[in-house]
Amino acid sequence: MSPVPMSLSPVSAALPMAEGASAVAPAAAEGAFSLMWLIIALPAVGAAVLLLGGRATNGWGHLLGVATPIGSFVLGLVLFVQLLGRPEDDRAVGMKLYDWVDAGSYHVEMGLLLDQLSILFVLLITGVGGLIHVYSVGYMAHDDRRRRFFGYLNLFVAAMLMLVMGSDYLTLFLGWEGVGLASYLLIGFWQYKDSAAVAAKKAFVVNRVGDMGMVLAIALMFATFGTSSFEEISAAAPEASTSTLTALGLLLLLGACGKSAQVPLQSWLLDAMEGPTPVSALIHAATMVTAGVYLVVRSNFIFDETPVAQTAVVIVGLVTLLWGAIIGCAKDDIKKALAGSTMSQIGYMMLAAGLGPAGYALAIFHLLTHGFFKANMFLGAGSVMHGMNDEVDMRRYGALSPVMPITFLTFAMGYLAIIGFPGFSGFWSKDKIIEAAFADNVWVGLGALIGAGITGFYMTRLLLMTFLTRKRWARDAHPHESPSVMTIPLVVLAALSLLGGVLTLGGWITGWLTPVVGEEHHELAVPVWVITLAVVATVAAGVAIAWVTVGRRDIPQTAPARVSPFTKAARADLYGDAINEAAFMRPGQYLTRSLVYVDNQGVDGTVNGIGRLIGGSSGWLRRLQTGFVRSYALAMLFGVVLVIAALLAVSLA
Amino acid sequence: MSTEPFLVLSALLFTIGALGVLVRRNAIVVFMCVELMLNAGNLALVTFARQHGNLDGQVTAFFVMVVAAAEVVVGLAIIMTIFRTRRSASVDDASLLKY
Repeated sequence: MSPVPMSLSPVSAALPMAEGASAVAPAAAEGAFSLMWLIIALPAVGAAVLLLGGRATNGWGHLLGVATPIGSFVLGLVLFVQLLGRPEDDRAVGMKLYDWVDAGSYHVEMGLLLDQLSILFVLLITGVGGLIHVYSVGYMAHDDRRRRFFGYLNLFVAAMLMLVMGSDYLTLFLGWEGVGLASYLLIGFWQYKDSAAVAAKKAFVVNRVGDMGMVLAIALMFATFGTSSFEEISAAAPEASTSTLTALGLLLLLGACGKSAQVPLQSWLLDAMEGPTPVSALIHAATMVTAGVYLVVRSNFIFDETPVAQTAVVIVGLVTLLWGAIIGCAKDDIKKALAGSTMSQIGYMMLAAGLGPAGYALAIFHLLTHGFFKANMFLGAGSVMHGMNDEVDMRRYGALSPVMPITFLTFAMGYLAIIGFPGFSGFWSKDKIIEAAFADNVWVGLGALIGAGITGFYMTRLLLMTFLTRKRWARDAHPHESPSVMTIPLVVLAALSLLGGVLTLGGWITGWLTPVVGEEHHELAVPVWVITLAVVATVAAGVAIAWVTVGRRDIPQTAPARVSPFTKAARADLYGDAINEAAFMRPGQYLTRSLVYVDNQGVDGTVNGIGRLIGGSSGWLRRLQTGFVRSYALAMLFGVVLVIAALLAVSLA
Repeated sequence: MSTEPFLVLSALLFTIGALGVLVRRNAIVVFMCVELMLNAGNLALVTFARQHGNLDGQVTAFFVMVVAAAEVVVGLAIIMTIFRTRRSASVDDASLLKY
């Protein structure tokens, strides 16, 4: 892409940028960067070959499916190293592929943008995604539709890469919809199961609600700025009216809520566990749910100008992080417990992203570490299920650590990371978010702190019920360690969960992202170590409670029915589905029913009534055709007499 | 010579013919009444020709005769066919073409 001078109108160029950052102004791609389209093209071509190639590709399809994201990862790594070598303010590289939309004054080019933010996403998506692909080779080995599965996985990765590399909200939206489609295909991969088909549909429909927000946001951008490219909007945003920007921010937040499963559009995430476990890992760690966080962080030039929308993001994040954590406490299905935890962790990211320049980098940092440990734990859960005949009920697990040592140890790394055990990656990232939350507002900080405590509780409960405590296996269960094609990705991810914290060494990630998202130092009323201590103490309390209530008691093999109302509510996803049904589904059904009634009785009634009237009167009129010649003759005579009389009257008058 | 009596006669004949068409049931009689009306018309045409002193009416009367002759041929044939198939020449019996 050329440096695009047209984007900087004289007025906006003269205005100082907020925080001295935020404006997107990519340099032209040259050298290795001119190959960056390959990052998207590789998995896209992989998907095309696997899905169009049919059975001919059955034999080697999974190998191609694994190779493409790894190829993209290698390329991404090369570009990352090159970006590292460039000066700090010249690390955004743009590339124009072709003109996509050219309608009147609206112009969208199919362009790619590789900057400090998107390269991190590229590495996460292709890196973690590649490991998940490798794992899937083993996990799906006995599925006769494995080739198609890999085609969908490739499509998913390609769409997500399109999402993070697009240089325009419309190209982002292209990837956005691609992700929606791929998630639909993958969640419903075992579509012969009713629950899987329904879950896929639910995910798709709920996502459409969020997409509506995105579409409206893009339309509003076009109406306000006449463009939808990051570059031009980031230059023009400071001039726009606050109300417009607030509306934009809220619409984008709606979109982010849909993709990232934030309250109030959270309901699809738990059902999405119907997909094969690698899909859950991909959705929860590397792709899909991170899209909403990316959108908010990428749109920092909009959110920075509108405190109202930022507050809304914080509230959504806070509510979701508690919501997800509470759900996670009551689930017996290992994947659903993990899904609740994903919701909760994404809530942390949204919360951080809502804090403005102080939090964007923290959101991305937590997103990366979460990508490592959540992929690790989901794949670990998949490994457990693989060894337990696809049993997902944790009440039928227990004492699996001796038979699955690698899975247990890697899972434990992920566990320690997510609860924020000092030294592990999650400790660094979550702790920083809680700090920033306290700096912003003490109540928000307290909410985040309580969330961390609950996280400690439900993750400990999950670990205890699965790997420790007493055996509660089904009669025909013969748990065994998974093959190495599955355990090697686990080991790599476990290492990343342990070491992910190095990204923040010397404030590296904050400094790296500063040119994109700006920087702001927050002032804490108390020393940092007080908060760190409080977080660790809270988590320790959560772990201790779990140890007392779960670890030291016998766990019944079926879930007890006589439980407190809180447990009941958490088991029912805090009545999220019930609320949706009562507030949207039933009124919608009543509306359609009444419309059908009006249509049948009103519209159709009028039309049919007119038809019946005409039919009846003509039936009556045709009785005049008696068939008697003389009556016709008489009619003719009268007619003639009438005509003559009329003629005479006219001529005589 | 006054042409008025001829016109009166023509009107009388036409009225008789029209009434006959309307009230009689026998197809032959109805047919004859039609002829009567045609000839009443002819008489009027010839009378007017005489009155105006030109030949237009007479020429038209010849046309009417030619057409009437042709009509008689077709009409009688139809009536004969109906009589053969239905054993009746009543026009009221031939009332199948109706609602």
